[in-house]
Amino acid sequence: MADHRLGEALRAYRLIAGMWVRSTMAYRASFVMTTFGNFAATALDFVAILLMFSRVGALGGYPLPEVAFLYALTSISFGLADLAIGSMDRLGRRVRDGTLDTLLVRPAPVLAQVAADRFALRRLGRVTQGALVLGWALTRLDVEWTPDKLLLMPVAMVSGCGIFCAVFVAGAAFQFVAQDASEVQNAFTYGGTTLLQYPPTVFAKELLRGVTFVLPLAFVNWLPALYVLGRPYPLDLPRWTAFAPPLVALACCALAGTAWRVGLRSYRSTGS
Amino acid sequence: MGAGRLYAAVAAGGFRRYATYRTATAAGVFTNTVFGLILVYTYLALWDVRPHLGGYDRAQAVTYVWLGQAFLAALALGGGGVEDELMERIRTGDIAIDLYRPADLQLWWLSADVGRALFQLVGRGVVPFVFGALCFPVALPSDPLTWVAFAGTVLLAMLVGFGIRFLVALSAFWLMDGTGVVQMAWLAGFFCSGMLLPLNVFPGTLGEVVRALPWSSLLQAPADVLLGHADVPATLAFQGAWAVALLGTGRLLQRAATRRVVVQGG
Repeated sequence: MADHRLGEALRAYRLIAGMWVRSTMAYRASFVMTTFGNFAATALDFVAILLMFSRVGALGGYPLPEVAFLYALTSISFGLADLAIGSMDRLGRRVRDGTLDTLLVRPAPVLAQVAADRFALRRLGRVTQGALVLGWALTRLDVEWTPDKLLLMPVAMVSGCGIFCAVFVAGAAFQFVAQDASEVQNAFTYGGTTLLQYPPTVFAKELLRGVTFVLPLAFVNWLPALYVLGRPYPLDLPRWTAFAPPLVALACCALAGTAWRVGLRSYRSTGS
Repeated sequence: MGAGRLYAAVAAGGFRRYATYRTATAAGVFTNTVFGLILVYTYLALWDVRPHLGGYDRAQAVTYVWLGQAFLAALALGGGGVEDELMERIRTGDIAIDLYRPADLQLWWLSADVGRALFQLVGRGVVPFVFGALCFPVALPSDPLTWVAFAGTVLLAMLVGFGIRFLVALSAFWLMDGTGVVQMAWLAGFFCSGMLLPLNVFPGTLGEVVRALPWSSLLQAPADVLLGHADVPATLAFQGAWAVALLGTGRLLQRAATRRVVVQGG
């Protein structure tokens, strides 16, 4: 039964996203330009890091290749989440102008419809940019690769994507209540990935506790990456927590799913 | 006299219009504060390694971060000024109605943008700045004259910022869809204004080049005046010259656009 529902949701998502891709591809030049723009805009964050390292040799005790490694992991995770369901921050607008009603009467799960709405392939720009930085970082890093470290990397990227997806869904659920406040979730999505680009040693302990135990963004890249780099996490967590990201991602998605259902149930149409 | 009242009314309208969305403003304040918090820690890490980087000390670097967050919305450094609406009006042809009005197009939109900027400075800028000043050591001047000079640089920054964005918006007369131009202008502005990193931290020649460009009037110039890091008359003259040059170019372009371009419309 649950499998059937999930399959139905994925099928709806695939159909709607495919429709948006076809519509984007009608204007190829525009697609190429906006993808490049996305690539360049997201690369600015890395340019800031490069500018910093033009003046210093290490930040928070981390040299450039290690910071680039952190940057790349969070960029890929966040980029994938943004690509998959990044348009969910438009939900507040749909609630305001009443167009959410259209989605409610269609025979497909609302979450899948909202997630696939305006699916934008140009967001591959951020993922590509993160992958390039990762490639560069891997050639410069001084790491003794073991099978568990090699396995941890893709697992961390996928789990990180899951954690960010949960943030997007929870943010959308919040917009059922606070329709105008869609910018709040930027603090956790874009703000989150900006935070994770830098070494945890840079930030205050209270902030680290917040993003480890309350909103577990630290599991996106810090904990697994620090395990790979052989560096200690400032908060003295046991070593096995480096392998916890999949569990954390599942828990986050479950909570976000609950929040979504509560939000959707509380929805009242504008009625006009 | 009558014309002055008209543009004052437009500016007041711009102010009130943005003041209407209180939840959105509160959300923006929250997001600016979170970003400021993240940036402050990265800057402090940078200044820990190089204590007098770019001639700033730690407190000055912290002040710079919160100033940037206070200016982000007001100077539309992250987008969101009146240019989006102006471009949409050019694209749809509604601009024809604006041109029929007994008011100057550039002054009309400048007034609306100044009204918007003043609200965003007060509504979205003050709270993150005060939060930053209370939670971190900041370097604020005690001399009231410095604050007056700072206010002058902020007003000029609003003029320069609008000057650039008005040129961007007018490109829609020729390009129709200005998404690409807007994106490029945003990238250049974010990089060259000092939002990414203070311009005096940029290395060598790159630093000198970005400091001569108009975008340095937006954040770097007011910040340097507030932090007592720049010669006040020279800074005001630099900003004033760019404001005149950009608004003057805007005038010429506006004349060319309204004469030659056939307005869209059905």
